[in-house]
Amino acid sequence: MTDLLHTLALPLSYDYMLKAILVSGVVGAVCAFLSCFVTLKGWSLMGDAISHAVVPGVAVAYYIGWPFAVGAFATGVLASAGMGFVKRKTKLREDAVIGVVFTAFFALGVLLISLFPSEVDLRSIVFGNILGISDADVRQMLIISAITVGVLGLRWRDLMLFCFDANQARALGLNTTLLHLTLLALLSATAVASLQTVGAALVVAMLVTPGATAYLLTDRFGRMIAIAVGMGLGTSLVGAYASYFFDGSTGGCIVTLQSLLFIVALVFGPKHGLLAARAKRRAAASLATP
Amino acid sequence: MNTLLEPFQFPFMVEAMIAAVAVGAVCAVLSCYLVLKGWSLMGDAISHAVLPGIVIAYVVGVPLAIGAFCSGLLCAVLTGFIKANSRVKEDTVMGVVFTGMFAFGLVLFTKVKSDLHLDHILFGNILGLAEGDLRDTLIVAGLTLAIVLGLRRDLLLFCFDPGHARTVGLHNTVLNYLLLSLLAVTIVVSLKAVGIILVIAMLVAPGCIGLLLTDRFERMLVIATISAVFSGFAGVYVSFFLNASTGACIVLLQALLFVLALIFAPKNGLRAGRRRRPGALPV
Amino acid sequence: MNPSSTTSVTGNELDLRVENVTVSYPNGHTGLQDASFALHAGTICALVGVNGSGKSTLFKAIMGLVRPVTGRVRIAGRTVRDALKANLVAYVPQAEEVDWSFPVSVRDVVMMGRYGHMNFLRIPRAEDRRLVEESLRRVDMWDYRDRQIGELSGGQKKRVFLARALAQQGRVILLDEPFTGVDVNTELAIIALLRELRGEGRIMLVSTHNLGSVPEYCDHVVLIKRTVMAAGATTDVYTEENLLNTFGGVLRHFRFGDSTVQKHDARAVTLLTDDERPLVFGKGGHVEYSERRGREDVVKERAEGEEDE
Repeated sequence: MTDLLHTLALPLSYDYMLKAILVSGVVGAVCAFLSCFVTLKGWSLMGDAISHAVVPGVAVAYYIGWPFAVGAFATGVLASAGMGFVKRKTKLREDAVIGVVFTAFFALGVLLISLFPSEVDLRSIVFGNILGISDADVRQMLIISAITVGVLGLRWRDLMLFCFDANQARALGLNTTLLHLTLLALLSATAVASLQTVGAALVVAMLVTPGATAYLLTDRFGRMIAIAVGMGLGTSLVGAYASYFFDGSTGGCIVTLQSLLFIVALVFGPKHGLLAARAKRRAAASLATP
Repeated sequence: MNTLLEPFQFPFMVEAMIAAVAVGAVCAVLSCYLVLKGWSLMGDAISHAVLPGIVIAYVVGVPLAIGAFCSGLLCAVLTGFIKANSRVKEDTVMGVVFTGMFAFGLVLFTKVKSDLHLDHILFGNILGLAEGDLRDTLIVAGLTLAIVLGLRRDLLLFCFDPGHARTVGLHNTVLNYLLLSLLAVTIVVSLKAVGIILVIAMLVAPGCIGLLLTDRFERMLVIATISAVFSGFAGVYVSFFLNASTGACIVLLQALLFVLALIFAPKNGLRAGRRRRPGALPV
Repeated sequence: MNPSSTTSVTGNELDLRVENVTVSYPNGHTGLQDASFALHAGTICALVGVNGSGKSTLFKAIMGLVRPVTGRVRIAGRTVRDALKANLVAYVPQAEEVDWSFPVSVRDVVMMGRYGHMNFLRIPRAEDRRLVEESLRRVDMWDYRDRQIGELSGGQKKRVFLARALAQQGRVILLDEPFTGVDVNTELAIIALLRELRGEGRIMLVSTHNLGSVPEYCDHVVLIKRTVMAAGATTDVYTEENLLNTFGGVLRHFRFGDSTVQKHDARAVTLLTDDERPLVFGKGGHVEYSERRGREDVVKERAEGEEDE
């Protein structure tokens, strides 16, 4: 018994683990906040795309010795501008445009890294490397998180209206272009922040799953945010902790946990869950047959 | 001159070129349907979702391709099920399902001590094809190509107007799963060449290039295939001299062709638009 | 931002002027060409035309969603941008444009109408809450205030978005197909409300396919087919000739000769329909009633007939 407790407490006795757990928690909560807007706006693919598109920026930033967040943010924004441009100019479907643009950016990143192999570790970009995060990176991440939370906290009502009814936002005299760009910029920023925690391949989960889960559980936007943030925070803390026992696959652990919670919400959700829907169907059927 | 021919002296380079061309052709033909059907994200999802299948297949001892195929298809089926039974939007469902499966695959991977190389699964390893790999790739690619081309009219009708496809007696469910299965097979075949993450490019870019350059489906198929075959061949060739990631070179060449098509397309291109617009404006 | 700017536009100086507006889209498609008309305070105006005739382009131009390549839109003498800033324009969307499973309650939606009047943080004040309640009571939806919007019937949904326009205190209200998918009672309630709003000196621009009910509640009509074909008082403009011009061959058009329906009074009757309620023309113009009172039985019969379809 004491052995088990000892084993379970072991991760917490390392400073690097504590740091990783806390940073993951912050990033998880911030991403979850944003995920409410991403899922309702139907921008899941956009989140995936931007999280891949930041890779060349990270590579370049490392070569020239800039903070990686600056480079990543720059290519993230560049990619979304590129998608917007191609979308406006052609008759191609949006999803196809996004697919072409983000894979091109990602390929550029892979090419750069394969050309200068010693400088950057591709694996730590794709899968994150929270256990080996430097203090400077922690600082960058906290700054990004603070800005994101600040903007969302101040402007969430406008962004909610923008997601719900962009025409109405426009009719009220709100600057919808600015709101659109704000959301894209926040997406890029959080993609950058979560890059080191879960890696480019799994950032999209952090930006989608908590919002989708909360959406299954409530009909109120305020509550949706609360549930999503709680879930993002909880799964990130627990996942980062658990990753000690899984060879440091922090992203894998966090996202697997989130997916499990999504499945639970999908099946047992009080109003929109599969079981609730089935009960409703039964009730309707029994009413129909006298 | 000799330097330019140097890549052809290495058998592994020649094999890689053949594999890249074959994979490129299959992906290109399929991409025409995906782009028209709006399934670009589906390619993304299935390609990520194959990871747990590969690891499990390794543990169980069946061919990795079978595991990959099954878990890729499972992702598509799960997405369809959840979308039909909940109020969450399709793209969100897909995002949740494929990342969940990918993450689960990663966790499995760390727990299973294997001689699999994660890098090879993710980014491909076309220069290191094992014996028999090329043969398998060619056979599967050939079969897939034959099925798609054989059923191209049915599939086209299914993508264009499923309601009408139903009324003329086609089985939409069958076609739906057929297309999904073909997609999964193609992704599994392409993994060796370009890896999980970049296979999406192979499955989207050629179709887009074709669509930009023509508005006839048959021509679109031809253009997509030519552009993919060219980038497959040239990508491998260029990567030899750059000593860079082969998958990335192939994908970047396709992106380059896409940009060229975007600018110079006779009807839908940027330059065409500039020529046309003044005429359309009433003065 | 500045509540006083809204009130400074009194009923008398309010007008909506669309002057030689041409809109073309980046793909070279021209949505609207050289469209002009003007509406004054206290007007309910129907916007009638086939699908793709430029109705929604016109709405977009008035809402500033598209910028005209030539011409201009002026609302109470201001540019669209300034008018939007002053919360002069409200919009009631079509049911299809709304994501009904969005996690917001009826009250949340109506509160969104107040955003333009709120401070930077959009924190509702007592005044905002009062107006939201007042607007919801006015459309008889206060009892449903905590429902999620997807849980309402078609008519109730429409009322909620009308309440939003009321809460916004818009002086020019654009309504996109307000009677589609709506039950008779709601239709009556909406029409009564539109009349009240007209009495308050607002301008309502209603896009509709429901040709038959236009004379009932609209005092003005704008007929549109890529451009404005005719605009003016319903009595002058809403004629068989103008409608046929506007709709070309698109309308279903039945002409009953002497031998069929109304042989005895020798009137030729023409029936125009854009797939919803038909518009009936007799010899001296349309024969639709312009007031329901005293015809409740007809209305009821009609509603039952429509349900049967």
